Amino acid sequence: MDLSYGPQYEAFREQVREFLERHRDAAPQGAGLRSEKTLAWQRLLIEHGYAARTIPKEYGGYGAAPDILESRIIAEEFARAQVSQGLGGQGISMLVPTLLEMGTEEQKREFIPPTLRGETVWCQGYSEPGAGSDLASLSTRAELDGEEWVVNGQKIWTSTAQLADWIFCLVRTELDAPKHKGISFLLFRMDSPGIEVRPLVDMTGAANFNEVFFTDVRVPKHQIVGNRGDGWMVANAILRHERDSLGNPDATLSRLNALIELMKTETLDGRPLIENPVFRDRLMRLQGRVMAMRCNDLRILSARVNRQDAGLARMVVKLQGTELRHELEGLAIDVMGEIGLAYGDNPYLRDRGSWQTQYMYFLGLIIGGGTSQIQKNIISERGLGMPREPKLGRER
Amino acid sequence: MEFGLSQEQILLQDSVTRFLADQVPLERVRRFADESDDTDIWRGLCELGIAGLLIPEAAGGVGLSCLEAALVAEALGHHVAPAPFLGSAVAAPLALCYAGAADHPLLPRIAAGEATVGLAVAGATGARAGAGVRWEGGVLNGRALFVAGYPATHYLVADQARGLNLLEAGASGLSGRNLTTVDRTRPTGELTLDQTPAERLTDDPEVLARVLDAARVMLAADTLGAAQSMLNQAVAYAGERQQFGRPIGSFQAVKHMCAEMAAELEPCRALVWYAAHALDHLPEEARLTACHTKAHLAEVGKFVAKTATEVHGGMGFTDLLGLHYWFKRIGYNRQMLGAPELLREEAARVQQLTA
Repeated sequence: MDLSYGPQYEAFREQVREFLERHRDAAPQGAGLRSEKTLAWQRLLIEHGYAARTIPKEYGGYGAAPDILESRIIAEEFARAQVSQGLGGQGISMLVPTLLEMGTEEQKREFIPPTLRGETVWCQGYSEPGAGSDLASLSTRAELDGEEWVVNGQKIWTSTAQLADWIFCLVRTELDAPKHKGISFLLFRMDSPGIEVRPLVDMTGAANFNEVFFTDVRVPKHQIVGNRGDGWMVANAILRHERDSLGNPDATLSRLNALIELMKTETLDGRPLIENPVFRDRLMRLQGRVMAMRCNDLRILSARVNRQDAGLARMVVKLQGTELRHELEGLAIDVMGEIGLAYGDNPYLRDRGSWQTQYMYFLGLIIGGGTSQIQKNIISERGLGMPREPKLGRER
Repeated sequence: MEFGLSQEQILLQDSVTRFLADQVPLERVRRFADESDDTDIWRGLCELGIAGLLIPEAAGGVGLSCLEAALVAEALGHHVAPAPFLGSAVAAPLALCYAGAADHPLLPRIAAGEATVGLAVAGATGARAGAGVRWEGGVLNGRALFVAGYPATHYLVADQARGLNLLEAGASGLSGRNLTTVDRTRPTGELTLDQTPAERLTDDPEVLARVLDAARVMLAADTLGAAQSMLNQAVAYAGERQQFGRPIGSFQAVKHMCAEMAAELEPCRALVWYAAHALDHLPEEARLTACHTKAHLAEVGKFVAKTATEVHGGMGFTDLLGLHYWFKRIGYNRQMLGAPELLREEAARVQQLTA
């Protein structure tokens, strides 16, 4: 056990701090995805290596060698300074790594640089009404007609579809192949004729998701990543990235600290809620669980530095992290009693209503990105080596 | 930055695990539970250096840290091994060293396996009716309940003023008796003290508090090992046991029980490492992490103990499989030196969240 980063990393941390000190006023705060301030900040971050750090220079990145501790330090320092770490989104976090691994040279040069700069916004077309946990049974079809694919079908849970310029989309191209082998990974413009986007209002009242309908959408033949029928493999290469990023314990820790503050200041019968022993016990129980997940996260980080797979420690993060966060937000609602119900424009709202919003939002994350039940299948079958479900009816 | 075990630590744990797998199979645990005779198990562990793990080299020990001790505790829990580890190898050496008596003549004797030390500090987490030890004028009076590692050649006794005292089993006015508990792998007793002369180790309550921190982390590590073994046994059983023409482990109802156990337990491993590391290296965090670690492992351990038993179906309830030894071991670790609610209250106090 050595929990220090070492002198060369502390020097790097100093560098990050100096950057933040000098430039923090240029950081966008809640500005739109397309605002000039957001885009200028993104360009500045790439120029200094605080965004797109390990993406090769020829594709518009900074070109540093991958170093997990440096990435961690950047994340820590930006979080501490409460400064935006630049654009995220599914283009940068999912499509770019996929193209780097599976794309052609032309695709990398065409798509990665504008995506990194925030000029091209992407959405992800994976889930369908009939293909959720069983994603590989998706039925949106693409048929080749001369030099173009013709896409028909429907996607759902498509975040940012209303803003996106492009979509990366899983479609069925090989009708006779087994379901995992009949899928291809296409890229196409969202302003193509035949695309309709309908917002899907979720339980929080926001429209974070959309339904997307395709009617005879024509896509140039070369806009495919990987070969025909390889789409499942291409998609799986990055689905893991998505799972790994959900349930981050550092974010949970800062919410826990906010909850402690809330319980110190909010009163019942004139006394701070923290003085109620039942509430306090529930709080402390959550703190112990957060502590366990943070230690687990350090263990995973260390394994990655040593190029080892953290195995079960990594597989449990999405399941445990999202459930824990949902419970934490729920405790805040419980301790506030009736005030915990406040929503929208209610004058008694606390913390801008974030406790209710996050409580519901994290229920969404328990379900999204592979439900808790799917996570348990993964943990038991891949982590513990338990027998799979019998194949009956699995393959079409 | 290295959050994990060194090669030496892995080797140490492997060697203890090999010894226990070889020397302390379940039949041996059963014999011990019936006859209460562990001397040669402990002798074997002493030959591996386990008794002297935390004892300075100058006093005949190995001079390792609490993290190594936690790894041994985990291995002992994994094999439900009867051994006077907590009092003799952890609490007594740490108490003597924290109290400034690293050259105490008892230490070489513990390291050599000649002396064992029962841990009589249960009252320090709250006095139960009938319990309480008073120290005045160089003698102890009163009663210490639930002494871990009874009988022993020596006892480490906390008094009501939170001082620590050392006494020999033959001291005048000292009498003791066995207290049967659910966990037959952990001999436990009580001491009655009547004008019993004792060696005063310290008046400083911080020494007792630090010994408790370490002992709690060791109990948590013991639970980690025991719960991991129960999970392993459940997964193996679910892979073999056939019902409805297939292994029961292929049913989601069963595999999800196992996944839930793994999901709760796996992060505990990192937590136990961190808490054990903190005992030696992060003094400002050690108490909080020790409280949380024992409380959290108690909750996770309880869940795993119940769930793993259920995966075994009716067989889990029988004596035939012996699964109950692990169940009871985890139960013992939960109650001793602070049940979870008391520990969480202490965690809140450490952070000034309550008076």
